[in-house]
Amino acid sequence: MKINGENVAAFCGTVWDYLEQHNYQMERVAVEYNGEILQRAQYQLVILQPDDVLEIVSFVGGG
Amino acid sequence: MLEVVEVSCYQDKAVAIAGLGGLGSNIAVMLARSGVGNLLLIDYDRVEYSNLNRQYYLPCHVGRLKAEALTEQLLQINPALQLTVRVEKITAENAAELFAQWPLVCEALDDAAAKAMLINTLLKDKKKIIVSGSGMAGLGSANAIYTARKMARLYVCGDESSDMEQENMWAPRVQICAGHQANMVLRLLAGWQEP
Repeated sequence: MKINGENVAAFCGTVWDYLEQHNYQMERVAVEYNGEILQRAQYQLVILQPDDVLEIVSFVGGG
Repeated sequence: MLEVVEVSCYQDKAVAIAGLGGLGSNIAVMLARSGVGNLLLIDYDRVEYSNLNRQYYLPCHVGRLKAEALTEQLLQINPALQLTVRVEKITAENAAELFAQWPLVCEALDDAAAKAMLINTLLKDKKKIIVSGSGMAGLGSANAIYTARKMARLYVCGDESSDMEQENMWAPRVQICAGHQANMVLRLLAGWQEP
């Protein structure tokens, strides 16, 4: 599996599970799954596969 | 008296700016000075004294709508600028409509959740490109601020960690981040896609 350009060990679970276990704040992220932007409602529906490619952008406040 | 009119290569280009605070007001000024001909400005807020340490406003603007105060200044900088102004709070419900005619959008909001909401909503449209700002608070190293192409149509400028909830915002890093965003916009408009 590739997350933010890095090869990582396959993860058992959904996108939501991954985000939760890695301490991401759900309302502050944008997730691209195999080239498509995922909406928050889909995070719990998408089960990660060994050859998936994820980009996770986490936003901080200020502007 | 002879008037010399310069035609900028960006005169027919259009850029939307979501939020007119520290990032947005400064981005707008830089794009106006660079000759971008069409800007969409969206902000519902009013100028406060505490904004003046980093936002492109003056004490005489305090209490006025940011959209109005900035419009006046931008037209002084470039009288030929075509401005579309919306005094509205951007929500998940109205974002698609607000930005419908604007493929290139600068995300310059202040709230982290609002940033994510706007980006998630707009990126559904495959014709949108977004240049976002994330992480510019404090007086940490200016060298920590960068532009990264995170997704095919999402660029993020900032240090991605300095949050306004933990540190105060100061003009230099805010304007450096705004500069990154404005520069990336001008590069994209010129046909270059890499930071």
